[in-house]
Amino acid sequence: MYNFEYTKASSAGAAAEALKADEDAKVVAGGMTLIPTLKQRLAQPSTLIDLNGVDDLRGITVTGDTVTIGAMTTHDTVARSAEVAKAIPALAHLAGLIGDPAVRNRGTIGGSISNNDPAADYPGALVGLGATVKTTKREIAADDFFVDLFETALEEDEIVTEVSFPVPEAAWYMKFPNPASRYAIVGVFVAKAKDGVRVAVTGAGPCVFRVPEMEQALSSSWSPDAVADIKVSDDGLNSDIHASAEYRAHLVTVMAKRAVAGAK
Amino acid sequence: MSETGIGATVLRREDRRFISGRGNYVDDVNRPGQVYAHFVRSPHAHADVKSIDTTAAAAADGVVAVLTGADVAADGLGGLPVGWGITSQDGSPMIEPPWPIIAQDRVRYVGEAVAVVIAATRNQAKDAAELVAVDYNPLPAIISTQDSIKDGVPQVWDDAKHNICFDWGFGDADATNDAFAKASHVTTVDLVNQRLIPNAIEPRSSVADFDSSTGEMTLWCTSQGPHAVRLLLGAFVLQQPEHKFRVVSPDVGGGFGSKIYPYAEYATCCWAARRLGVPVKWTAERSESFLTDAHGRDHITKAELALDGDGRFLGLRVSTIANMGAYLSAFAPLIPTYLYATLFAGQYTTPAIFAEVKAVFTNTTPVDAYRGAGRPEATFMLERLIDAAAKEVGVDPVDIRRRNFIAPEAFPYQTPVALLYDSGNYGAALDKALELSDYAGFEARRKASEAAGKLRGIGISTPIEATGAAPSAIAGQLGARAGLYESAEIRFNATGNVTVFSGSHSHGQGHATSFAQVVSDKLGVPYENIEIVEGDTGRVQMGMGTFGSRSLSVGGSAIVKASEKIIEKGKKIAAHLLEASVDDIEFSGGNFAVKGTDKSVNIAEVAFTAYVPHNYPHFTGDPEADKNALEPGLDEQAFFDPLNFNFPYGAYVCEVEVDPDTGVTEVARFTAIDDVGNVINPMIVHGQIQGGVVQGIGQALLENGVYDQGSGQLLSGSYMDYTMPRADNVPNIDSDLTITPCPMNPLGVKGCGEMGTIGSPPAVINAIIDALSGYGVRHLDMPATPQRVWSAIREARPAA
Repeated sequence: MYNFEYTKASSAGAAAEALKADEDAKVVAGGMTLIPTLKQRLAQPSTLIDLNGVDDLRGITVTGDTVTIGAMTTHDTVARSAEVAKAIPALAHLAGLIGDPAVRNRGTIGGSISNNDPAADYPGALVGLGATVKTTKREIAADDFFVDLFETALEEDEIVTEVSFPVPEAAWYMKFPNPASRYAIVGVFVAKAKDGVRVAVTGAGPCVFRVPEMEQALSSSWSPDAVADIKVSDDGLNSDIHASAEYRAHLVTVMAKRAVAGAK
Repeated sequence: MSETGIGATVLRREDRRFISGRGNYVDDVNRPGQVYAHFVRSPHAHADVKSIDTTAAAAADGVVAVLTGADVAADGLGGLPVGWGITSQDGSPMIEPPWPIIAQDRVRYVGEAVAVVIAATRNQAKDAAELVAVDYNPLPAIISTQDSIKDGVPQVWDDAKHNICFDWGFGDADATNDAFAKASHVTTVDLVNQRLIPNAIEPRSSVADFDSSTGEMTLWCTSQGPHAVRLLLGAFVLQQPEHKFRVVSPDVGGGFGSKIYPYAEYATCCWAARRLGVPVKWTAERSESFLTDAHGRDHITKAELALDGDGRFLGLRVSTIANMGAYLSAFAPLIPTYLYATLFAGQYTTPAIFAEVKAVFTNTTPVDAYRGAGRPEATFMLERLIDAAAKEVGVDPVDIRRRNFIAPEAFPYQTPVALLYDSGNYGAALDKALELSDYAGFEARRKASEAAGKLRGIGISTPIEATGAAPSAIAGQLGARAGLYESAEIRFNATGNVTVFSGSHSHGQGHATSFAQVVSDKLGVPYENIEIVEGDTGRVQMGMGTFGSRSLSVGGSAIVKASEKIIEKGKKIAAHLLEASVDDIEFSGGNFAVKGTDKSVNIAEVAFTAYVPHNYPHFTGDPEADKNALEPGLDEQAFFDPLNFNFPYGAYVCEVEVDPDTGVTEVARFTAIDDVGNVINPMIVHGQIQGGVVQGIGQALLENGVYDQGSGQLLSGSYMDYTMPRADNVPNIDSDLTITPCPMNPLGVKGCGEMGTIGSPPAVINAIIDALSGYGVRHLDMPATPQRVWSAIREARPAA
C-alpha cells in the first residue's frame, strides 16, 4: 500500500469535520473493503480517519417497534444479538451470513452500507425493512440511500451514525452466495409489515432494488406460491464468470419463494 | 507392531511446530543487508516490448538497481530449461522455445516479468516499479485451447506452426482401428479438463546470498526438490557451479507440483545478489501466485470406446489438445504424454489403445504438473467414458467395470500402453467400496431425497495410477533428461541417536514422522532418537525431491537400503565385540546376537564402539590381518532406483444431492477405498487420501482458471473468483484400504499422495449425471457449478 497518515477520530462529528478539511482523506470502519483496496494500491488516501475508537457509534437498541444499530456495530454482534434475533430474526440471520467469521468480527453495518457493494447483504435488509439511515447531517430513507453501484446518497463529508429498522410482522432473507467470495450472487429479503410488503433484491443488479410485482402479489397472498411464477427481467442484471444475468433472474424467483416460506 | 514402528498411527511430530507458529519458511529467512526484489509484470497477454525506461525508477528512494531483459542478455544468462523431451509422430522433436528469466522484446502472457526493481524495502521496490515506463505494442493473443490450432489465429511462437509444440502418438493405431471396425457399439465423449491454479497456502519465495570471497551462492527457495533446482538453475541459467551453490528449502507450505520447478524469480534473486553484492529477497503476493505459479490440467479431449455385444472393451481411441501456456515449463511435455496416455488401460483389459496428443502454446501462464499430473486427466476421461458407455449399452456401471477388470491372477499384467502392472485385486476394492458406501441402500436414499425435492445420484470411479517415479532407465528411454532415483544417508551419532538425510522433501507429507517410523522399525532405535533432515543441498546428498507420490516408495526404500548397510557393518562390529564370527551374528529389534546364545549387544553400543574404536582391529598394512580390519564410524548412504513404477488403485463411490431449482450440488456421501500397498502410518495415509479427495471435489465442482478470451486477463485471479474447496463443501469422507503389497520395493508400499485427486472427479461428475438422468442429461463439464447444472437441466427438460 501507499503511505498515508492515520488518525483516530474522537467522534463521528470530528471525523466528518476532518473529511471536510481534506478531500483526499478517507474514513475507515471495519476496513473489510478499504484495506484490501489499499493493499492492492487501488486507492491512495492522504489520511485514514479511524472510527474504531468512537464508542457511541457501537451498540444495539431495541424499543417496542424499532431496532437501532450503531454504525460501528460489527456483523458478528448483530448476528449474535439475542435482542435482534427476537425482534427481527431475519436481520440476525442475514448478519450471520456475511463473509466469514474474520469478516464478521471486523466488518460493520455502517461501513458495509456506505460502501454499497452491489453484492453486499445489508442493503437487502435496509431496503427490505424500509430502514432509516441516520448520518452526521440528517436522516435518509433506505430507498433513497442506495443510489447506484458503489454509490450512496452520502455527501463527501457525511458519515453514517446509525440505522433504524422498523420491526416487521414477518421477514426472512435467502442468500445464494458466490461460492468463492461468499458475497451474494442473489439475496432476497422479504418483509411483511403494517404498512405493506417489501421485497428487496441484492447481488443481482448494480444496486439493491425492489420487485413491485412480487410485493403486490404477496400483499394479496403471503405465500411462496404467490411469487413462484413472477420472473424479474434479466435486463441490466449483473453477469460474471459465476452467474449470468439470466441465471440471476431465475434465482431471484427461487430465493424470493424460499424467503417467504422461511419468514418468521 | 511397536507404537512407533511401521503400521502405527503416530501423531505428526512436525505439527507442534507448525501449529504453534514455529515453522521456518523461506519468508522467515532474513540475511544481513538484504534488499527486496519486486517484479514489473506485463499487463498484456501478447505484446512487443518497444522500450523500457528505468531512469525514474532507478532514481527513486531506496532503489539499488532496476534490471531488465537486456541486462539478462548482456550478462549471458541461460533460459529456463525443460527436463523432458517429446518426439512428434513425424519424428520431429518438440518445439522448445527460449524462456529468458526476464522477457526480452516480447511478452507472451499476463504476468510475465519485464523488469525487476531491487530496493531497500519492499514498499520502495513497489513504489519504484510504478515508475518503470514500459512501452508495449499489444498484439492479438490466442487464449483458447480449442482454438489454438485453428487457421489464422495468433501465433505464440514463429517456429510452432498452428501453435503446436508437438503432435505425439502412442499405442497401436492399426490394432485400435481394427477394434473399432469390429465393435458392436462405440461410445464417444467430448471432455474438458479445465485449467486449475494450484494455490499452495504458502506463496513462492526466495532469498539469495552470494559470497564473493568464496564464490558460493546460497539460495533459500520454496522448492519440492532443492537439488534439482541447484542442478537446473546452476548449470543452465546462472553458470553457478554445483559445488559452489547451496539450495535450501526449509519448511514449505504445500506444493502440489507447483513448487517443483526452477522458477525465474529464484534465478533472478541469485543473479541480482551476485551482480549487486547484497542478499536479495522476493516473496510472491497472492495475486502474483495466481498469475505466475505453473497452472495445471487444461485439456480438451475426444475419447471413443469400442465395445462388443457383451459390454467388453475392444479398443480405446483418444485425441487430446493439451495447453502448455506460453512457454514450456520444466516438466510440461511429460504430463499430457507419458503420465497421461500410459494410464489409458485403467483397471481394464482393453486390448488396443491409441492416443494422439497435440500440445499447444497459448498466451497464458505455463501449465505443468499439478497433483496427479496427467493421471487425473486420464482417469477422468476413462471413467466418464465407461459410465457413458454403460448408460448407452444398458449395463450397470458396476457390472461393466467388473466385466472388464484385469483378473487378480493375471499379474504381472502388460498393458497395451507400456506399463507392466505388478499386482492388484480390483474387484476386491470395488466390493469393499460398495459395501462401505451402502450402495445397495441407495434407492431408499434416492427416494428420501426426492421427497425433499432433491435429485440424488450415485457415481463410481475405479482409478489406477502410476507412482514412485521411477526407473531411471525407462524414464531415460521415454525422454527424461534426469535420473529418477532417491537417496538416503543414515548417520549414527556416537551416543546412539540417528540423523537420517533424505533426498526427498516434505511440504506437508509428514516425512519427519513416517521416515522415522521406518528407521525405528528397521534398526530398533527408539523413534524419538531419530531425526530426519531434508531440503538442504549443503547437508543432504544428491536427491530428486518429492513429486508424483514417490517419497516413501523410492525415498523410503533408499532409507531401507541404507539401514541394511548399517546392519551389515554393525554385524562386523558386533562380531568383534562378542568375539564371534560375523556369519553367526543375527540382528533383530536393535540387538546383534550370536546365534544360539544369549550373548548380544545393542546397536547403540555398536555405534558407540564405531566412534570410540579403542579396541578395534585396525588397518595394519598386512593384507592377511587386514581382512578383519574395521572402519570406524557408522554412517551409510544408499541410492534406490526401482525396477518399475508402482500402481496404487482404488474404488470410489460418490453420492450427490442436486437442487433442481438452483442447480446446487451437495456431495452427500463419499467413499474412497484405496490400495496403496503396505501402510507405514495409517493416519497420514488417510489424511493424504482425504485431502486428495477434497482437491478432486474442488476440481469437479468449484475450481476454474478462467481467462478473458480476448484480452488474456486472468478472470479468476483471486479468492474472490477462484473457488477453493472449503470445509462446508465436503462431507465426511469414508476412506478405507485394501492392502496388496507392492513387489517392486522393500517396503511393499505404493504412493498415496495423489489417489484422491485422481479418483474423485469422475465419481462426482458421474453421480451428478446419474442424478440428472431423469432429464436426459448425458454430459456436464467441470466444474459442475450451480449455473452449469441448472443450464443442463433447463436445456434437457422439455419446455413446459
